[in-house]
Amino acid sequence: MVKYVLRRLISMFLVLLASVTIIFTLMYFVPGDPAISLLGEGATVEAVRDIHEKLGLDDPYIVRLGRYMWGFLHGDLGASYRSKRPVFNELLARYPTTLTLSFGSTALGVIIGVSVGIISAVKQYSMFDRIFTTISLFGASAPSFWIAMVLVLLFSLWLGWLPATGSYGIKYWILPVFTLGLQCSASIMRMTRSSMLEVIRQDYVRTARAKGQSELNVIVNHALRNALIPILTTVGIKLCGFLGGAVLVETVFALPGLGKFILDSVTFQDYPVVQGGVVWICLNCIVITFLVDLLYGLVDPRIRSMYEIKKPQRSQSSGGH
Amino acid sequence: MSLKDSLNRRGNSPMKDVWRKLKMNRWAMISLVVVVLLVIAAIFAPYITPYDYAKQDYANVLKSPSMEHPFGTDNFGRDVLSRIIYGSRYTVFIGLGCITISSILGVSLGLIAAYFSKLDNIIMRTLDIIIGMPTMTLLMCIIAVLGVNITNMIIALCVTSIPNFARIARAQALTVKNQEFIEAAIAIGADDKRIVLKHILPNSIAPIIVEFSLGASQIVLLSASLSFIGMGVQPPTPEWGLMISAGRPYLRSAWFMSIIPGLAIILLTFVLNYLGDGLRDALDPRLNK
Repeated sequence: MVKYVLRRLISMFLVLLASVTIIFTLMYFVPGDPAISLLGEGATVEAVRDIHEKLGLDDPYIVRLGRYMWGFLHGDLGASYRSKRPVFNELLARYPTTLTLSFGSTALGVIIGVSVGIISAVKQYSMFDRIFTTISLFGASAPSFWIAMVLVLLFSLWLGWLPATGSYGIKYWILPVFTLGLQCSASIMRMTRSSMLEVIRQDYVRTARAKGQSELNVIVNHALRNALIPILTTVGIKLCGFLGGAVLVETVFALPGLGKFILDSVTFQDYPVVQGGVVWICLNCIVITFLVDLLYGLVDPRIRSMYEIKKPQRSQSSGGH
Repeated sequence: MSLKDSLNRRGNSPMKDVWRKLKMNRWAMISLVVVVLLVIAAIFAPYITPYDYAKQDYANVLKSPSMEHPFGTDNFGRDVLSRIIYGSRYTVFIGLGCITISSILGVSLGLIAAYFSKLDNIIMRTLDIIIGMPTMTLLMCIIAVLGVNITNMIIALCVTSIPNFARIARAQALTVKNQEFIEAAIAIGADDKRIVLKHILPNSIAPIIVEFSLGASQIVLLSASLSFIGMGVQPPTPEWGLMISAGRPYLRSAWFMSIIPGLAIILLTFVLNYLGDGLRDALDPRLNK
């Protein structure tokens, strides 16, 4: 297990460097002179030259990539054009909002999705199953910003129970977390249902029943445990998606999160922030994927023993569907 | 299935087989009909809209749904129904265009990776990195670099959906590649191009068709999302995501302005998802015994 973790840590690091390279290369082709963006249109030639020298903007691509990489490893992602403060600090200031929103909604999604999914699978083709599979397909088809606006319309504007925008207390989090939580519960429910259906007719489930174990024990310990891997994969993908993709909900509810920050920076052409933000989100996703991989081993002893004996299999996330 | 049925089936091409099985799923067929109707509505938008989508009428601003304007009017007095019908042009064609381009490119990459094993690692590892990044973040990053307009949005959407096709095509092709009929084709001297296009591709097509439908619904959602945050289609175009965004300030007084275009998005993505699910059920060999 230790060897496996080490190997995964190394490959994680390589993937991270590759991602940083790709993002840096993409941003390298942004038209326009960063010095002008920093100083404004009316900058003198001398000032522009100064900035070029200070930031090493005339160095070849590979030198600049190396410098960015080095800075990144030391927690230095450059300075924002707009606020002139370090990008890293700016990102950290918005990080808690995004984390709360992502983890809160994923937790809600798991609670709703897994429980509804289990009931749906156990009572396949029942009324409950039919209704909830249709609702979940609806949830997976609806844009999150639309769900957000419907919830605002219902609970803030018509009923007046909850505030619509801002982030000043627990009340302000309910609608955003429910928006994303409901949406992600739809995919988790679908995955739980199909994954449970695969195992629920297996011989060992019948054996467990034949041994006279309680229904709850059969479903949770025998069926669910074996159906958990694809569910974990879905949860991991959703969580990664929220870190950057919550921008839509952050926009509707005016929450100062990472996604909104990156979006605003694109509008203001504040490219160091865009670059740093995307790198930061990628770092988070790589760590989440790593943790999900470790969880596979915890959940399934077969995977754990596979790590111990031979080379690990290539990660087999199904890419959403 | 009786012996006679299975004998009759032998001559069918994989595509015909898909169609035959799909026809048995009533709701999937209804979904397909809705998709076709939406495409027709998009093509013939000028002939079926009750009003000009761009005509402003300041006497009738933010009017609630009525007989004259079934979905009400927006903040410029434009008919919401007409704008939704016109908007289907953008959504449907961006969706179809992107999914066609990315399926062709993605499947080609996947087949190349599967068939020429030397290129396998380099292609798939590169695509893995794209898959690893959150879609919305990657889209914003690409559009930030290229600039905000429709073409760049389409490019970005293609980049994010190519890897899925490549993965699926590669996985399918790898299982087909080692079967005997491929060996036979090599033995009678078929060249690489013929083997890949005439033998491997048709036998790998089933999951690719499923992804075509599911991927299209993802693209519709993402393109609406990008337009909503101002990184896709720009005003005053009647695009669905944009219409929702335009209606935000008027949510209290004119909810229909933003909620109804959302229902249009959901209708399209829902039927595409349903069709994809139906296709998957029709094509799953485990369910066909």
